[in-house]
Parts: sequence; structure tokens; C-alpha cells
Amino acid sequence: MSAGNGFFSVEDLRLHFRTARGPVQAVDGVSFTLDRGRALVVVGESGCGKSSLARAILRLLPRNVHAYSGSVRLNGMDVMRLPEEQFRREIRWTRLALVPQGAMNSLNPVIRVGDQAAEPLLIHGRAGSPAAARQSVQEVFHEVGVPRDFLDRYPFELSGGMRQRVALATALVTKPDLIVLDEPTSALDVLTQAGIMNLLKTIKRETRTNFVLITHDIAAASEIADDAAVMYAGQLVETSRAEQFYREPLHPYSRALMASVPTLRAEKTLEFIPGRPPSLINPPPGCRFADRCPYRFDKCSEEPPMLKVDNRLVKCWLYR
Amino acid sequence: MPDEVLLTVRRLRTWFELRRWGFVRVGFVRAVDGVDFELHRGEAVAVVGESGSGKSTLAKTILGLHRPRQGEIIFEGREVGGEKDLRRYRSRVGYVQQDPYGALPPFMNVQRILEEPLAINGEANPGARMQRIREVLDEVRLSPVEDFLPRFPHMLSGGQQQRLVVARAMILRPQLIVADEPVSMLDASVRIEILQLLRGLQARYNLSIIYITHDLSTVRYFCERVFVMYGGMIIEQASTDDLLRNPQHPYTQALLAAIPDPDPENASRVRVVPPGEPPSLLSPPSGCRFHPRCPAFMKGICEVQIPPDFEPAPGHRVACWLYDERGQGGPPAPSRA
Repeated sequence: MSAGNGFFSVEDLRLHFRTARGPVQAVDGVSFTLDRGRALVVVGESGCGKSSLARAILRLLPRNVHAYSGSVRLNGMDVMRLPEEQFRREIRWTRLALVPQGAMNSLNPVIRVGDQAAEPLLIHGRAGSPAAARQSVQEVFHEVGVPRDFLDRYPFELSGGMRQRVALATALVTKPDLIVLDEPTSALDVLTQAGIMNLLKTIKRETRTNFVLITHDIAAASEIADDAAVMYAGQLVETSRAEQFYREPLHPYSRALMASVPTLRAEKTLEFIPGRPPSLINPPPGCRFADRCPYRFDKCSEEPPMLKVDNRLVKCWLYR
Repeated sequence: MPDEVLLTVRRLRTWFELRRWGFVRVGFVRAVDGVDFELHRGEAVAVVGESGSGKSTLAKTILGLHRPRQGEIIFEGREVGGEKDLRRYRSRVGYVQQDPYGALPPFMNVQRILEEPLAINGEANPGARMQRIREVLDEVRLSPVEDFLPRFPHMLSGGQQQRLVVARAMILRPQLIVADEPVSMLDASVRIEILQLLRGLQARYNLSIIYITHDLSTVRYFCERVFVMYGGMIIEQASTDDLLRNPQHPYTQALLAAIPDPDPENASRVRVVPPGEPPSLLSPPSGCRFHPRCPAFMKGICEVQIPPDFEPAPGHRVACWLYDERGQGGPPAPSRA
């Protein structure tokens, strides 16, 4: 992952939340690099900090932030260093966009979908006039497969799949360099999901937009993945090229996760992972997966670094 | 053993009346529109379909939560009908809901949640009730039992909550479990845990299970037979192996082709997705409900009459005119990615 031009990179990103019982380490030292035109999928189970990672990248923070540090580099520029106002004007939505989880249900119910999709253009002054904005929205709607006459409809008049396409159009309309998609298909039916995935593939091929796709669904993620990262308890435990990851996951957690995914075309023995992920308030010192790991040995009480295996990175002492 | 029929459903229709201003009838939402099947004792069947296909309404009708407009439900040889019957029937059928947290009363602890059905169904002896509660908690592996009894639902993890829901469904020793998307809100690894738990209970007590799901990939590991629903009807039913290997209905073929396995090759594939969206249940298309989206559409036939069930292979039934032996056109080659 590090061999290329490193168009987008995140280094040692941390986002901790303040709670009554102590800081929650939702994102704790996440680093990855993504080359131009590629898609990274971040897979992990609920509560591992995936959605917080999305928010940390976009600097969309709640009020109870305890710690927020690290760097987010876009084409060489560390956008974390920018003042908030400049970040809002120059980066968020125009260069880095987010399709949040459940985006199809977060459209404003009383605004026509065409007008909602035009908002980023008008707010950021990317369109000369409302008419020009409408024209751009029409083009993007066409790209994502929303019929022209849907522009003047309200969200409730659209099906889930169509609303998800509108949410995606709202992110695409400013032609950002990178879009973070948080569980873009998890609430959709199988056929609708396949349609959205086809669409993402086409957009990636034709516009070279980078994607960071965050999901719990390893099978759906393989539809678009160039690179893959596995998140566990606030940290990435493995990053590699998708074809290597899907053929042979390295980290014991990645392997266990893969073994729990049912397959349609080949029969395999399914196994679940005993135990539960640790609390992110006081995570255990050392490897956070150690308590559930079948390969645990004495070294695991120390936190493993990201170790290099060929061109992959694994946070596990087994690969020392 | 698997030949004994536990449940028969005949010509079942569950329609919901749609009114405007509270009294003018606008029409009916035909959520379940003519469903027939037999379920054997000890058998697990999956009802697979997309949202709006009527699968949850079918589950709730079978549970006696919706009243059918037409048709009959026969359980252990007796038609399920009047209020008194319904009560006896419900004690023999367990329900596992989709969202475990929503299905558990937040103000009751584990003990009360499990004690209530026993008390309502006439177990007057508190000692006997406690004994059954312990048995059932042990069975769903919520142990040590003493630790769990005083806990409230919010003090349990998602997987534990769902195991408690299973315990509640099992507490009256039912013959049949209806599980409506029991794992769709759980993480992958917890999913397998719950499905294996249900599978184990099924084998141990010769339970029948109706497993409602949108996720065909779990079906292989869990069910003997599969029913595929579309637009309120069962359009194909077959043994799981048969259905996955040799899907007959064009809709089933499209559905299977759209499901990804974890495979890096997927990134270079474009999946064939039938155009359009699932049919409106308020004014469904004439004839076969899939015909507006069907790649094998035959004009003059498919949009005219609803296809009956054909049986191209023993035990494999499909509601599609392609398999009408009197008719024209051979079956299409099954397409699978």
C-alpha cells in the first residue's frame, strides 16, 4: 500500500470521547495510505470505531471530544493543520466528502431532492447560479441512475435504493477527491445493493475518485476493494491489498472474522469468535485481541507494532 | 419422522385495508396473496425475499398476530381459529424477533421476562417456574444462570439479548419457532453463534423452524428447504441444495447472482441486476408479478395470467410460465456468477 504515490494518507489518527466513566478511545492511532484512484475498505464489527474514523477524517466532531490528534494528508497537504473555517470552506465536501451511515434516511423531508443535492454547490460557490447548479445536479443524477423527473420529488416519494443514490449524488456533485462511505448498502436489499455497488465501480473507473468504504460486510466490501484494512477496538490490525487479504488474511482476528462469513457458492465450516471485544474506555494493555486469540503467547501482553510482512502490515507478534 | 406434517398453510391471504380520511376505502395492500405450503415436524425452512415481499407479514400471520383475510392455517391437524384455540396455539409456537433490544421489555429483568409466559400459561408453582427458567437459560448458554437472572436487557450484549429472546421463545417447549430475521442486526461472528444455537435446539427437540431472512448466504448452513417470496407470493420452493444449485425462477436466478461472496475477483465484475423495483402491493402488476422486470418475459402469457406452480423436478416447485410443459419456450439457462 505504501509503494505508490500516497495521494491520501492518515497518520496516527486519534479520536477519544469524554464520558462519565472516562475517555473512550474510539479511534486510537490509525494510519493508512491510499494511492490515487483506489478504494480502501475498512471492515470491522459494531463498536470497533469505524464510524468515528469516518468522522475523524472529515473533522465532524461531537462536543465531547477528549483528544483529537494525528494528521490527514491530502495530496501532500496536512489538512488537520488548517483552521476550522478554512477546512470548512476549502476541504470538507469540496475535496473530502462523506456519505454518512443511513444517509438515505437523513435527507431533509421537506426539501425536494434536487434542491438538496444542489446545496453543496451553492454553499461553496461552485455554481454560478441556481440554474447552473440544477444543471450539474441533473448530470450527477443521470450518472447515479436517478431519473430526471425525480429532481422535484420529496424523499418520501423515493424508494430506499433511490434515496441512497440521491445521498451519493449529494456527495459527488462537488467532484471531491475522496468520498468516505459509511455502511452505504447495509440497509438495502440484495438487488439494490448490487446496483449501488455497480454504480460505485463505474464512478471509480471513470472519475478516479478515491473511496474509503467503511462496513461490517466483508462480502459486499469485496465488490469494490483495492485495499483492505481491518479495524478492531479502535485500531487497525491489518492493512493490505484486497486480493492478498481475501485470499489469506494474516491477523488472527481477520482470520476469525473471515471464518464467520457464510458463503453462497462454496460450503465451509462456519466458526464464531468466542468472547467479546474489550471496552474502549480502559482497553487492556498489549494486544487488544489477546483475550480472544487462539495463538496467544506471553509476548502479547505488550502492544505489538505494525509489522511488515511482504508489502502488508499486521499488528501481531506472530509475524515478528 | 420428517414426513409428519406439523403445519399446513392453504391459500393464505393477508390484506391490509387502506383508508382515506378514516372511512373511505382506497384499496388493499396485498402483503400476503395466496400462499400454500406444508411444514414437516423437525424441519427448518427459510422464507427468503426482499423488503416488501410479504415475508414478515406471512410470519406474523402464522403467529396469529395478523388475521388472514382468506385461507387456513392448520397446526397439528387442527385449524387455528377462535380466541381459545389461538391461546393454546400460541403457547406451542415461539417467536424470535429481529431486533432483540426492541423485543425485550426494558423494565423487566431476565427472570421476570422468562417467568411471565409460564405464569400466564398456568404454571402456578414458583419452584417449577424457576426450574424451567434455569433449564432454558442453560440451554441458550446464558451461564452462570445466577448472574443473568437479575440483569435488565440493557446490561446484556446484542448476542446475549438475542439468546434471551430465544430462551423466551423456548420456555413453553414449543413445536415450532418462527424466527423473523433473527440475526440481521448482529455482527457476523455473533450471527453464526445464534444460528448454531437455533440449529442445535432444532435437532435436540425435533423442532420445526420457519426462518425469515433476506440473506440467502446463511440459508445453506441452516435450512433443509427454501421458499422464495416475491410480491406477496411464494414463487419458488425447493430443497436448499436444489435451489442454490439449480434455481429455476428468473427472479431467484437474479437474486442469487446478485449476492457477493468474499472474493477479490468481485471488484472486476459487473453484476446483472434486473431493472425496476419490487412491485407495489397496493396495485400489483397483472399476471406474474415479476414480469415487468423479467429477462425471460413472454408477451401474451406472463402479463395475462398469474402462473400456477409447476414442478419441473420432484419437490422443486416454481410459479413461472417457462415451465408450462404445454407452453412455448424452454427454461432459460440458469445464470450464476
